[in-house]
Amino acid sequence: MTEQLILIPGRSAKQGVGLNKGKLKDEYKKVTTTLEVSFEDAARMGLETGDHVKISNHIGETNVTVKALREGKIPEGYAFIPYGPPSSCLFDGETCATGMPASKGMTIDIEFIKKGEKKKTTLPPRSAAG
Amino acid sequence: MSAVSKDNKIVNEKIVENATCTFCGCCCDDITLTVDMDKKVVTKAKDACVLGKSWFLNHVIEDKPIARIAGKEVPLDDAIDEAAKILIEAKFPILYGMSDTICEAQRQCVPIMDDCLGTIDTTTSVCHGPSGMAFQGVGEPSMTLGEVKNRADFVMYWGGNPAEAHPRHFARYAVTPEGMFTPNGKDDRTVVICDVRHTKTAGVADIFLQVKPGKDFELLWMLRAACKGVEIPENSKEICGVDKETLEDLFEKMKNCNYGVIFFGMGLTMSRGRHFNSGALMALATDLNEFTHFVAKPARGHGNVTGADNVVSWQTGYPFGVNFSRGHPRFNPGEFTTVDTLTRGEADAALIIASDPVANFPKPAIDHITSDKCKLISIDTKNTPTSEAAHVSIQTSTYGINTGGTVYRMDDVPISLRPAFDSPFPSDLEVLTKLREKVNKLAKKLNRPYATKKYI
Ligand code: SF4
Repeated sequence: MTEQLILIPGRSAKQGVGLNKGKLKDEYKKVTTTLEVSFEDAARMGLETGDHVKISNHIGETNVTVKALREGKIPEGYAFIPYGPPSSCLFDGETCATGMPASKGMTIDIEFIKKGEKKKTTLPPRSAAG
Repeated sequence: MSAVSKDNKIVNEKIVENATCTFCGCCCDDITLTVDMDKKVVTKAKDACVLGKSWFLNHVIEDKPIARIAGKEVPLDDAIDEAAKILIEAKFPILYGMSDTICEAQRQCVPIMDDCLGTIDTTTSVCHGPSGMAFQGVGEPSMTLGEVKNRADFVMYWGGNPAEAHPRHFARYAVTPEGMFTPNGKDDRTVVICDVRHTKTAGVADIFLQVKPGKDFELLWMLRAACKGVEIPENSKEICGVDKETLEDLFEKMKNCNYGVIFFGMGLTMSRGRHFNSGALMALATDLNEFTHFVAKPARGHGNVTGADNVVSWQTGYPFGVNFSRGHPRFNPGEFTTVDTLTRGEADAALIIASDPVANFPKPAIDHITSDKCKLISIDTKNTPTSEAAHVSIQTSTYGINTGGTVYRMDDVPISLRPAFDSPFPSDLEVLTKLREKVNKLAKKLNRPYATKKYI
C-alpha cells in the first residue's frame, strides 16, 4: 500500500532537548524518526502509533515510526516530522533563487513496512472519546 | 564558594547570576547557574526552560582530541595550517554557519573569506534568509522586546511554534509579563496564533487561525487589502482556510489595538512564496500604521544568528550569501548561498563553523559536501555528523558556558555573556583568529590584491 501525504518538517521541544544531549545519541535519533500523522489518515491507512513506514519522494527515502495525533492537531493529508537527518533525505536542493530549500510542504509517498513491536493503544478522535 | 552535598562532601560550588542562555534567539539573560567546579558541570539552571536546562545541564567537558586531520589526532596548529592551506588553494571555498558563536569570533570570518576570494554565508540562508531579502524590499517595522513587554496589547505569532522553539518568549517578553502599559499581563493582551498545525503554541491563543498550508500569502494579502478598505471575500475559507467573520473580527482587533506586534517563523520563509510571504507580513504591519502602532519581527532561532547577520552586514554591507571572488563583496541569494553552492557542486572547500549541514541540508547538498570533491573543515563544540565527516575537525569550547563575548538577541539587542567554567578546548575566537592570521600570510605570499586591507 502506498499513499501520499504532504510533509511539514519543523522544530519541536523534544528535538531541541535531544540535540543538546548529542546528535549521535539514541534520543535524538528516535525523535527525528517519528512521523506525526492525523488520526484520520492513520486509520485510513491502517496504521497505528509505533508502526514502521518508509517515506520517500524523488529525492530520497527514509524509514520512520508513526505517531497518530488526536483529531484537529494536524490537518488530514499532512504529516509532521522534527528536523533531522531523516527529514533532510527528502529535501530538494532547489532554492528558487533564495538560498532556502523548500523545506516545508513536500509531497511524500508513505509505505507500510512492519507493525511496531510494543503496540500502544491508538488515541481515539477527541469527539469519539466524548 | 563551597557547599555541602547530600552525602556530606564539600563541593566546590559556584553561583553565576544573570547568566545568558544561548540556545535560542530569546537569549534569556536572567538564568542563575549552580556550577560544580570540581566536576565542571552545571548542576542547576534556575529559570531556564526545558530547552535551556538541557543546554546547560548536558554540557560536559568531553574527553576527546582538540584537533583531528582525517580522523587522527594532531596538534591544533597543524590543523589550522592544513585548514588555511585548503582554503587558500581552493577554487571556490565557502564558509558557512556562525550562528552559534560570539560576534567577536564572527568578525574574524569575513576577512578569512576575503583573503580566500571565497563565499561567506550564515545559517540565516536556511532560516530567515527570505525575511532578510524582504527587509531590503519593504523595510522592517522593528522594535525591541522590551517595548513589546511594556506596550503590546495585540500579539500575534504567524507560522512559528514558540511554545516549543522559544519556550520563554511568552513569559519573558510577549504574552504574560506585566508591562508598563499592560499591568495585567495576559488579560491586557489579545493573543492570536496563525499556523497550519494546532501546535502547543495554539494553546495560549485567544484566536487561533488554522491557515491552509501554502496559503499564508493569500491570507496576508486579504488583510492588506482590508487596510485599504477592500472587503474580505465571502469565500475566504475556501481560499485560505479562515472564514470571513473571523477575519473581519481579527482585522478590527488589529486596527483598534494600541500597539500590535506580529512575530513570524519559518512557516512563512520555508514554504512556497518564501520572501514574498515575509514581505507581505511586514508590509501588512507597515500598512496597519495607518490606524495604530504596529510592528513585526522574525522569531530567530539560534542563540546568535542575529549577531551573525549584524556582523556580516557591518563588514560587507550584506547579511548572508556574500561572495568575494572579484575582490569586493557581492550579495546574491540563490547564487552565493550554501545550499546552492553545494547542490550545484561548485564548492571545493567548506569551512563550517558551529553548524551541522550534514544533518540538516538537502540530500544533494550533503552528497556533495561529504564527497571527495569538497574538502570539509569543521569547527564545532560537539560531535555532529558534520564534525565526524570532516577532513579537518577542531573542537572548541562552548559560548555562554565556557567563554564570554557578545551575542545579539532576536531583536538586535547585544548581550554580554557570563561564562560558568573554563574548558580545556580553545575558544572559537582563538581558533579563528589564528586561522585568519595564517590565511592572511598565505594570501600576502600570493599577492592577493586585498590581503593588506584593514578590517575593524
Ligand atoms: S527561551 Fe531560549 S534562551 Fe530562554 S531559557 Fe529557553 S532556550 Fe534558553
